[in-house]
Amino acid sequence: MMLLLQAVGQNTLATIAGLGDFATFATRAIAATPATRQLGRRWIRAVHEQGVRCVPVVTIVGLFTGLVLGLQGYYVLTRFGSAGALGTFVSLTLTRELAPVLGALMIIGQAGSAIAAEIGIHRNSEQIDALTTMGIDPLGYLVTPRLLASLIVFPVLTVAFTLVGLAGGYLSGSALLGLDAGVYWSAVHSAVQYTDVRECLLKALIFGAIAIVICCHSGFTTHRRIGVSGSRAVSVSTTRGVVLASIATLAADYLITSFLV
Amino acid sequence: MTVAPLPPILKVTSLRKHFGEHVVLASVSLTLPRGSIISVLGRSGTGKSVFLKCLAGLLKPDAGEVRYEMGLLEGFGQRCSYLFQGNALFDSLTALENVALPLEQTTRLRPRDIAQAAGDALKSLGLDEFKDYFPAQLSGGMQKRLALARALVTRPELVLFDEPTAGLDPPARNTVFEMIVRYRQKFDFTALVVTHDISEALAASDRVALLEEGRIYFEGTPAEFAASDDCIVRSFNDNIVTLPTGLDK
Repeated sequence: MMLLLQAVGQNTLATIAGLGDFATFATRAIAATPATRQLGRRWIRAVHEQGVRCVPVVTIVGLFTGLVLGLQGYYVLTRFGSAGALGTFVSLTLTRELAPVLGALMIIGQAGSAIAAEIGIHRNSEQIDALTTMGIDPLGYLVTPRLLASLIVFPVLTVAFTLVGLAGGYLSGSALLGLDAGVYWSAVHSAVQYTDVRECLLKALIFGAIAIVICCHSGFTTHRRIGVSGSRAVSVSTTRGVVLASIATLAADYLITSFLV
Repeated sequence: MTVAPLPPILKVTSLRKHFGEHVVLASVSLTLPRGSIISVLGRSGTGKSVFLKCLAGLLKPDAGEVRYEMGLLEGFGQRCSYLFQGNALFDSLTALENVALPLEQTTRLRPRDIAQAAGDALKSLGLDEFKDYFPAQLSGGMQKRLALARALVTRPELVLFDEPTAGLDPPARNTVFEMIVRYRQKFDFTALVVTHDISEALAASDRVALLEEGRIYFEGTPAEFAASDDCIVRSFNDNIVTLPTGLDK
C-alpha cells in the first residue's frame, strides 16, 4: 500500500514538474520574440516547413474526409427524407470539428514529427549547447519562429481543409449520388455562420500553438530521456512529441467546444 | 624596471560538481594567465569536459566561483568561444553560414560585412574553397578547422577547447595543436585545452594542469610536468611515445 502511494505521489510530482517545465519553456519561447534576430527569415522558413510541405497531406485528407462525409451523410439523411440537408451536415461537421482537428493531426504527423526530430538531433550533436556558448538564445533561434509560424499555418491549412472537404462532399453527394448542386451549396451557404468560422479558426490557432510547442519541447529535452540515448532518444522524442501533441489537440478540442457550445 | 604581469583572464575557485552520488569535481581551482595556452590533462572520465562545461555555463556548478576578467558569465558568448569535441556544427547550414551564424545572431553588422568577416575567417583557415559545402561533405580535420573558424569569427579573448583532437589520427592531432598555436598568435586569444593527448599538449602549451580525483593535482610548465617524479604525473609521462615536431610556440 505504501509503495503504491509512493508511486502515485512520485508520478504526480513528476507530472506537475513536467507541466511546470513545459509552461516555462513556452513562456520563454514567447518572451524571446523581441530579442530574436532575423526572425522574419526564420519565420518564413518555418512557414514553409509547416505550411507548404503539409499542403498535399492536408488537402488529400480533406478531400477524402469530405467524400466520406458526403457519402455517409447522403445515405443517412435519405432515410429521413432530408438529403437536402447534406450541405448543412458536411459544412458544419467540417467547420466545427473535423477540419481543425484532422488538419492539426495531419500537420503534427508531418511537420511536428520533423520538428521534434530536428531539434532532437540539434540536442544530441551539442548544437543547442553551441548556440548557448555563442550567446544565442536556443529558444529564440529554434522555437520562437516555429511557434509564430504555427499561428498562421494552422488556421490557413484548416481553411484549406474545409474548402477541399466541402468540394469532396459535393463530389460524392452531388456529382456521384445525384443531389442537386444548387441545393448542396445553398445549404452550405446558409448553414455556416460567423460564429462557426470563428470557432474553427480559434481552435486551429490554439491547436497549432499547443502542438508545435509540445513537439519543440519534446525534441529540446531529448537528453533527458531515461534509459535511451543517441538516435534512439531522438526516435523516442519524436514519437513522444507526436503522441502528446495529438492527445493535447483532442483534449483542447473538447475543452474549447464545451466552452463555446 | 619590472613589468607587472597581465591579470588572469579566468579564475576558478573551489569548483564543485556532482551527479547523484558521484562527485565529478571535488574542488577545482585554476587561474588562466591572459594570452597563454593551458592544457588540462587527465584520464578519461575524470571530469575534464564537465569542468569546461561549468566554465561555459552549460552546467551549473554546485559550489565555487568562475570569474572572468571581463565580469561574470553573462557575457560568455560575446567574449569567449567554445570548441566542442564533436564540433557541434549545424549540419543543415553551409560552411559559410555556420561561420556567419554567431555574427548574424549576436551583432548588428550588415549582411555584407558578416559575409565578408565569415569569408575572411574561412580563408584564414584554408577553407574558402569549401564555403558552400555542408559539414558532412568535409573531412574530420576540415570540420575541426570550420569549428575553429566559427569559434574565432567573433574575435574572442578566450577559447575553450574540449578534446580538440578526439577521433583524429596522430598527424591530424598534431595539426590541430599546430593550428591552436598558430591562431593563438594570429588572433591573440587565451586558450584552455582539455585533452588527453599528452605529448601534443606538452609541446603546444605554456602551462599544464592535471585533473585527478576531482582536483587539480598538478599545475606547472610542460618542462616541470615532464621532470616531475610524482608517481601519478609520471604515469602520464610514461605514456608519451614521441613528441611531435614542428610546433613553435
